[in-house]
Amino acid sequence: MSTPGEYYQRDRTWHPPALTRNYKTSVSRSPQYALISLQNSVGEITGPVFGHGDIDPLDNDLLLNYAQPGESAIGERIIVHGRVLDENGHPVPNTLVEAWQANAGGRYRHKKDTYLAPIDANFGGCGRTLTDENGYYYFRTVKPGAYPWRNGVNDWRPAHVHMSIFGSGFAQRLITQCYFEGDPLIARCPIINTIPDRAAQGQLIAALDMNATIPLDSIAYKFDIVLRGRRSTLFENRLEGN
Amino acid sequence: MTQELSYLKETPSQTAGPYVHIGLAPGAAGFDIYKEELGWEIAGPNAGGERIRVEGVVVDGIGSPIKDVLLEAWQANSEGIYPHPESAGDVEEDFRGWGRVITDFETGEWAFESVKPGRTRGRNVGMQAPHIHLWLVARGINIGLHTRMYFEDEPEANAEDPVLNIVEWERRRSTLIAKRSERAEKIVYRFDIKLQGEDETVFFDV
Ligand SMILES: [Fe+2]
Repeated sequence: MSTPGEYYQRDRTWHPPALTRNYKTSVSRSPQYALISLQNSVGEITGPVFGHGDIDPLDNDLLLNYAQPGESAIGERIIVHGRVLDENGHPVPNTLVEAWQANAGGRYRHKKDTYLAPIDANFGGCGRTLTDENGYYYFRTVKPGAYPWRNGVNDWRPAHVHMSIFGSGFAQRLITQCYFEGDPLIARCPIINTIPDRAAQGQLIAALDMNATIPLDSIAYKFDIVLRGRRSTLFENRLEGN
Repeated sequence: MTQELSYLKETPSQTAGPYVHIGLAPGAAGFDIYKEELGWEIAGPNAGGERIRVEGVVVDGIGSPIKDVLLEAWQANSEGIYPHPESAGDVEEDFRGWGRVITDFETGEWAFESVKPGRTRGRNVGMQAPHIHLWLVARGINIGLHTRMYFEDEPEANAEDPVLNIVEWERRRSTLIAKRSERAEKIVYRFDIKLQGEDETVFFDV
């Protein structure tokens, strides 16, 4: 019989390295020494468990979750949906997905954001949801606007939604960003370009998904998320973490 | 030609950016949206063990405290049990084991309250010393950094901890050990994290 063991080693060549000079803030915030590799023990294969008591059903609807009654956020109405899978292709059920983004004008509801585009009174800009038994999740929101940021003198972030995902073990913890198919700013973005591999970058670009659109209502983008997979411990190398 | 492996690739990481608070701690961004934010309580009143406060700053390569970090903590209860089906045993019902804190926008100080964790079994042999897993993200950090906080007042347990012992340089091990003090009858552990420079904190590829 096989039992789930430790997580597959992270392919660090697929992720951005810590030091990426074209994303200037990383220069003074990137550790210089090599990471120390650790085989998983119980604290890495376990992680926080969330349930439906932790969140509200409306939390994944950014059109309405901060809007006054009868009002809605302004912008292009979209659905961002997909599955959370592991590297073995298995769904990751009941895991917490949190999302945050700028409004349709590219402005964040954050006391540190001073961009001149206006706040939308009916848009908070965050949502959260639990995947179902098939690993499926969705958010309803507005398409975020591009915005300028201080890096180069004229750098612009492509439209993006920030995503935070837990998985089952703390070793799977991940934060990433979801971009949108066809955006010409993606290729110029110093942040997606921290990822060296083109195919890896492509994994962050949600596809226009006409089959999931709601006619006369909302357009849809599909964004699947892959977390680390686990070994099956067939013979030795048993993980005696508990 | 060989057969193809059918593994998927992990989704690449991206920085959490400067506005991480909107998603993970909206109150700090300046608005109230959820019935309850997640991660504000690691160990509720029913959790056993010594009550502790953990605090510190995260310092960049210039030597300045970083003011837009978000940290998450993950730990066992005072009996060494994690609140997860793969950790044998039960925990107190209000022991969550997980918490989330942000740094003060002015000073960069962060702090959380918890209970001191117990020892846990090592991967193969032996026992691990009490420790708290910390994971930090911020603008300028491309992939979340994992580290561990150990306790100064556990010298024997620390000496035989299998993880501390794979850190080859003794001087670097000390970056993982929090300093204990008492303040207003509270037990306080200080754990400053340095991203670069002399005494850079040990980070793990877990
Ligand atoms: Fe952003």
